Amino acid sequence: MMDADPVLLARLQFAFTVVFHIIFPSFTIGLSAWLATLGGLWVYTGEERYQLLMRFWVKIFAVSFAMGVVSGIVLSYQFGTNWSRFSAFTGDVIGPLLGYEVLAAFFLEATFLGILLFGFSRVPPWLYTLSAAVVAFGTMSSAFWILAANSWMQTPAGHAIENGVAVPVDWLQIIFNPSFPYRFAHMLNAAYLTTAFVVLGVGARFLLEGRHLSEGRTMLRMGIGLAVILAPLQLFIGDQHGLNTLKHQPIKVAAMEGHWDGSKPADFHIFAWPDEKAEKNRFEISIPHGSSLILTHSWDGLIPGLSSVPPDQRPPVTVVFFAFRIMLALGFFMIAAALYGAFLWWRGTLFETRWFLRIVANAWWTGFVAVIAGWVVTESGRQPWLVYNLMRTADGISPVPGATVLGTLALFIVAYGIVFSFGIYYMNRLIKQGPDDGGHGGHGGHEPGFLSGNPVAAAQSPGREI
Amino acid sequence: MGSMEMYLPLIWAALIGVAVAMYIILDGFDLGIGVLFPFNKSETERDQMMRTIAPFWDGNETWLILGGVGLFVAFPRAYAVIMPALYIPVIVMLVALVFRGVAFEFRTVSRSKTGWSFAFALGSTLAAFSQGVILGGLVQGIAVTNREFSGGHLDWATPFSFLCGIALVAGYALLGTTWLHMKTEGAVAARAQRQAKYWLIAVLVFMAAVSLYTPLTEPRIAARWFSLPNFYFLWPVPTITALVAFACWHWIERGREVPPFLASIALFMLGYIGLVISNYPYLVPPSLTIWDTSASPGSQVFMLIGTLFLLPMVIGYVIFVYWIFRGKVREGESYH
Repeated sequence: MMDADPVLLARLQFAFTVVFHIIFPSFTIGLSAWLATLGGLWVYTGEERYQLLMRFWVKIFAVSFAMGVVSGIVLSYQFGTNWSRFSAFTGDVIGPLLGYEVLAAFFLEATFLGILLFGFSRVPPWLYTLSAAVVAFGTMSSAFWILAANSWMQTPAGHAIENGVAVPVDWLQIIFNPSFPYRFAHMLNAAYLTTAFVVLGVGARFLLEGRHLSEGRTMLRMGIGLAVILAPLQLFIGDQHGLNTLKHQPIKVAAMEGHWDGSKPADFHIFAWPDEKAEKNRFEISIPHGSSLILTHSWDGLIPGLSSVPPDQRPPVTVVFFAFRIMLALGFFMIAAALYGAFLWWRGTLFETRWFLRIVANAWWTGFVAVIAGWVVTESGRQPWLVYNLMRTADGISPVPGATVLGTLALFIVAYGIVFSFGIYYMNRLIKQGPDDGGHGGHGGHEPGFLSGNPVAAAQSPGREI
Repeated sequence: MGSMEMYLPLIWAALIGVAVAMYIILDGFDLGIGVLFPFNKSETERDQMMRTIAPFWDGNETWLILGGVGLFVAFPRAYAVIMPALYIPVIVMLVALVFRGVAFEFRTVSRSKTGWSFAFALGSTLAAFSQGVILGGLVQGIAVTNREFSGGHLDWATPFSFLCGIALVAGYALLGTTWLHMKTEGAVAARAQRQAKYWLIAVLVFMAAVSLYTPLTEPRIAARWFSLPNFYFLWPVPTITALVAFACWHWIERGREVPPFLASIALFMLGYIGLVISNYPYLVPPSLTIWDTSASPGSQVFMLIGTLFLLPMVIGYVIFVYWIFRGKVREGESYH
């Protein structure tokens, strides 16, 4: 393996670490907003169940956030370790975007997280809730800046090339580059939707098990209420994002649709096996003219085909094609589940329809997989470019031997495998324990000096001062 | 070179210097707690130790991201040389930080604490060691051709870089002991006071070793310190270091709580200033200066505007959170 392909290995390593990382922000962006909402309801109504729910989810948030932080630090250094030529080329432009992410978002999240996890008995309820809101705002700002940087790699704008590096010309054009608004909206909505399905899943699980009924119902109602708006909205945003991609990265869209011949209207392939050598699909099951209708709003509308560019300018079609279908299928499932849940709620049978509860209790993961699939579509679809039309992926790597990259890739796989397995196991156990509702006497109210900032610890040793 | 091109890189070098200093101080005592874990076997005492840093560790580690990203922002061509050159220690540090970071939460949630205590101790120590190796690897110089790293992937592995690695472990342990003595009560505080003296001796030995080794092996560093008139201006640095070390020992003996911690920070800062004096104006010794690797003025100005506004805010709310969690952590107080 000494002559292992360093480009492929660097790509595999980045793909692995970034996919691992994105799982946690997809959850913590939404979960922090959910915590802030619960805190707001608690302060506003003074109702016990909101406070219990908030502190229950803070425990899960803590585990998830820790994994997000540590896997995020890795990424901020990996640009340099594995993609040094990319860093030298783009540093002047996307460096400051990451800099703003650190100063305007990371510090905010990380610092106020301390209060959210440990400050329950040290600060008044309003400040505790405010800390949750600040963390939520921080995670959102973080998404803003990192997506601006990513979008610039997809649709670069506002720069010039001087002495072989990209330099800034217009910062507003760099930040608000053509694909940024769509990508930001799509990802933020995805994070909230992902969280809605986790909350929904946990609520349904509690109802099925017949415990924590009051909290379970609240979660189910809030989850459905959110999902019934966000899931259809995501379809609309995704459609708009797709049209934007067609305008700026048409070959990516051709790969998503498995569309080879641009001189014919595009069918929508429900299933197909793209044959990249023969430049056609096998085993097609298609809706005739479907993609033309979606993308051009006309029956005979034409979109560029993959065959219009030489093979070395095409993305890996099979990967993009299938990832897109996975995302779509999960998206439609979420829409159906949310609408049907809302229908049951309206009929007044949401809490008793066990088959539905069983489905949503087992569908907590749908948002995560959809997010990952979506990122595979957009990142693989950008290939062979690292910065679209400016730098090829193969030209962006570091002068590091393939064997070294292989070794560290193995290290990451082992380390993340261990951390991820334990993380999921612990989160599942925290969910099993459920909110600490009564049974420990005196754990209900907000009494400084008595309650623990962390209910896990409180549950283990009741009455202990923090 | 216009005056913007002259001064902006200097301002940025100073800002990144501050970020790295903040990181060393804040995450120093934080990693130091992990280095000290094996010397305190009781999990209850470890709970108390961890409790002193639990609300802060995430914020502390953010300064490391600021250091890395700051380098990427202001000196992308240095970032692009240093990271591949120090590839292995950087990745080892990151993986070590993963384990010690999740250990905070996992240790609380898991039934048996021993496993994650071990991960926390090993992760913290390895991260500290790697950071020392990175520092040593940078100071001893990086092979550069055409502004790109051109050395071998094990160039960093020298006796000097390993010496720096061990030195940093000892240094963080010293910060950890003085922090614990300040922030805890009971057996943990007493043990920290005892251990602080040993760590102080170790730190002084390593500081002396590094201070002798660098001018002996790097002629440019010898010239920097011992040529005239430099020597007239620079002799206070080692002198003050000796005085601070003496004061630190004295305060530890007397059982003072805050001064030893401040003195150990001062020792760190003096060592840090010494390294800056040795290597200025090189960002990638011995070939690339801060001006060679600087980002375009447009990038540096854009980020500077934000920094001047945001950094004071950051420092403000960091102080606020430290103030909220002020006071000592008592015996038997656990993680959360």
